[in-house]
Amino acid sequence: MTHRTNNTYTFMALTLVCSLLVWALGTGPASAELTIRITEGADSAIPVAVVPFAENGGIPAGDKINSIVQDDLAMSGEFRTLSPEKMLSLPSKRSEVYYRDWRLLGQRYVLVGQLSRNGDRVEARYELLDVNREERILGESAAVSVGNMRTLAHHISDKVYEAITGVPGAFSTKLAYVTLDTAKGEPRYRLQVSDVDGKRARVRLESKEPILSPAWSPDGKKLAYVSFETGKPAIYIHELGSGNRTKVADFRGLNSAPAWSRDGRSLLLTLSKDGNAEIYRMDIQSRNLKRLTNHWSIDTEGVWDHSGEGIFFTSDRSGGPQIYHKSSETAEPRRITFGSRYNARPRPDSQGDYVYYVHQRNGGFHIARTDLSNGEETVLTRTASDESPSLAPNGRMLIYATKHSGTSVLTVISADGGAAYSLPATEGDVREPAWSPVIR
Amino acid sequence: MKLSVHQKAFAMVLSLGLVAGCSSTGETMGEDEYGSDVSAVDQDGGSTVYGGSDGSGVSASDLTEEELRAREERAEQEAMRNITTFYFDFDTAEIKAEAREVLVAHARFLENNPNQRVRLEGHADERGTKEYNLALGERRANAVERFLIVNGASRAQMETVSYGEEKPAVMGSSESAWAQNRRVELVFE
Repeated sequence: MTHRTNNTYTFMALTLVCSLLVWALGTGPASAELTIRITEGADSAIPVAVVPFAENGGIPAGDKINSIVQDDLAMSGEFRTLSPEKMLSLPSKRSEVYYRDWRLLGQRYVLVGQLSRNGDRVEARYELLDVNREERILGESAAVSVGNMRTLAHHISDKVYEAITGVPGAFSTKLAYVTLDTAKGEPRYRLQVSDVDGKRARVRLESKEPILSPAWSPDGKKLAYVSFETGKPAIYIHELGSGNRTKVADFRGLNSAPAWSRDGRSLLLTLSKDGNAEIYRMDIQSRNLKRLTNHWSIDTEGVWDHSGEGIFFTSDRSGGPQIYHKSSETAEPRRITFGSRYNARPRPDSQGDYVYYVHQRNGGFHIARTDLSNGEETVLTRTASDESPSLAPNGRMLIYATKHSGTSVLTVISADGGAAYSLPATEGDVREPAWSPVIR
Repeated sequence: MKLSVHQKAFAMVLSLGLVAGCSSTGETMGEDEYGSDVSAVDQDGGSTVYGGSDGSGVSASDLTEEELRAREERAEQEAMRNITTFYFDFDTAEIKAEAREVLVAHARFLENNPNQRVRLEGHADERGTKEYNLALGERRANAVERFLIVNGASRAQMETVSYGEEKPAVMGSSESAWAQNRRVELVFE
């Protein structure tokens, strides 16, 4: 686990979202002793009190900063938050905090802050306090335009998360997913992008035919996906800013499972133009293809590993689908999963520690992970129709699709399988979640 | 319009009945000559539905035995070609024994009608991953395509597309729904 210096904090704050003006107030970083490694999810959740921010006039009505921050932290599975009704006082700055009160309530950290209006911008000044040590571990002022209060709240969540765990938060990132609405008879597939809490959703593509496998470009500005809008599967790249779309693969047979390279210049694709499902690398600029697998079995769901040199993929060359790894484009594939007869759709973390995938056991489909250092497999979910795992860019949370009484919903868990949090379904089914990288 | 399996089975029996009815007007055939059964795959993909009909009992005078047999065979083939959906076991693309006779009828029809085109749509049930299921649906469609080619159809007449688990025939998460969704549909254009 890494520990960040004060300078790193300032740098990260300044390079965050362009609509967000941020400057550090000169505070200490999370010290080594405070860095907590969460291993048990809900059981070891850290108690944090997020006190309602004081408002100094002109603050738009609507969702409150403290409740958005509270929900973000709870969603991670690593924190337990305190309802404001149970608080003994509602301080808005460090000088108003009586640590004894918060110790009585069993809290480890307290977040206090205030909001003020300055022209068309709202400024938050906030401080995170360590109750046991009675000291401030984070203090910052950040401003957004009046319409972006949620952006400000997610930014604060990121800073609090990082100050306590030593790992950058992922609450300012986005989710892409596909909803299916069959209420009016004809199916409507909608590719949507929302905040990580499901709010501020916007439809990016609507179709009567299936949309599958959205994949974020590494800069978070584009999505690649599979759309059946022509009656056959084809792969498109969609620029989110302009809405421009380019069809990049429309070969005979399958065109599926797009995954971006680290530099954003190439895509892994599954094509069957040469006979059966094989994995290819396409240079996006030139559209040149290089075939990376060659086997009579199904090879699909290719994704680059943490090094950017090798790939994980699904193949049924052993009889049923299993996860394989090639350490380079030309290396021999090595089988990774052995725990059951169905393991598919690998999603490696960015450290090279784990690979996450869909795992069948006792007739049900769950999300599992394998520790790449020793091959040990852990099943992370207990529901029976779990699909499409996607990791947050900080590797600490994982979103997947599952079924609740026949309807497809999205669920977030901590990446070690701790507490689960379901995202509110909008309309109909919601599936195919893809967690964005940190958007630059 | 797509017919459900029940509708198809009914249509098949009905068409056999009509054929038998036509045969009996002014022509005759012996009961024993109209004895063959037509088999079709039912919705569970495992068992067999039997159609067939007894004859009118009136005897023919002006049709040769060969002509009669040809007629019968045509009727049977036509009846079989009402079956256009073929089912598979979980995570396999193996054509079931009971589907072969019907697929042979389709292959012969395509062979005899070189301008006829058909789209083979491969599907999977909802279990497992969407991308793997896309590949599995294609593998099923390809298996049917190969079978049709071996039995007389030409590759140029056929087009395959896989929808994976995206277009279930039956909604729901039961063994019966899954069995009906693991399929290849022949769509004649």
